[in-house]
Amino acid sequence: MIKLTEYIAAIGGENHTPALDPDEILISGAYVSDMLSDVMGSAKPEQVWITIMKHLNVIAVASMTGIPAIIFAKGHAPDAAVCDKALEESICLISSKYETFELAGILYKLLGK
Amino acid sequence: MRVCAAVKSNLMSEYRYVAEGFEDAVQHFEELKPEAEVKLQFAIPEKDFNTAGKGSFELKNMLKRLGVDSVVLRRIAVASYEAEINVAAHSKGGIMYSTVYENLIHVCFEDQGPGIADIEQAMTPGFSTADDLVRELGFGAGLGLPNIKKNSDAMSLVSAAGSSTKLEFLIYFA
Repeated sequence: MIKLTEYIAAIGGENHTPALDPDEILISGAYVSDMLSDVMGSAKPEQVWITIMKHLNVIAVASMTGIPAIIFAKGHAPDAAVCDKALEESICLISSKYETFELAGILYKLLGK
Repeated sequence: MRVCAAVKSNLMSEYRYVAEGFEDAVQHFEELKPEAEVKLQFAIPEKDFNTAGKGSFELKNMLKRLGVDSVVLRRIAVASYEAEINVAAHSKGGIMYSTVYENLIHVCFEDQGPGIADIEQAMTPGFSTADDLVRELGFGAGLGLPNIKKNSDAMSLVSAAGSSTKLEFLIYFA
């Protein structure tokens, strides 16, 4: 397990939900998918979700699945309504310029796998 | 969760599932008809993917306040949200009825059609009839109904082409 803060630093991530402290979020891995039902069927709590989807339903999926943070790849940034909903659900939103392959690889390495 | 009259008369078809080890509990629940502690009701409009999910959010928040275990809560939330999205994506709109009992929850979705022609096919992982709008949102992987089944202790799906669809599931709190 590592702190989300360490991962954000490693991917040059931008936090779109600054009211949530990434230092308090511990993560054990990631689930990488853009299919929402796939995420609900297979992602586990304590995993971040790496995706390029950034509409409102993504927040609902993360909330129902118990995902603490979403990492948006390729510089995708969520709009204000999505950020507000994420805050309501205490889900941290991070965007990074890296592609999903790199984002997963960096976390894999950080976790010492 | 009882087999309805329409199914008995072969007008509708039903898919029924009870998780291993829950057969007696489910039968007991259906026979006993215990008194509900809380009831919630939400309308799910057709193709409105922002309203779809409200029922699941409310349900999840209420059960959290009642102290339902987080692993069980996650199963209820996922099954319920998948079902809400199904109603919004595939029907002309419908209603979600949640009933909380002492040791379980019963969630029922009734829509206004157009119904499912082949229920076995609809239950097959990967099979989907979702349109482009639904797929663009990242739904339509053909995993909704399988996810509902996977997270439920009992499930019933009753439908027919040209008819309404009724989906129900039961999840025990412990």
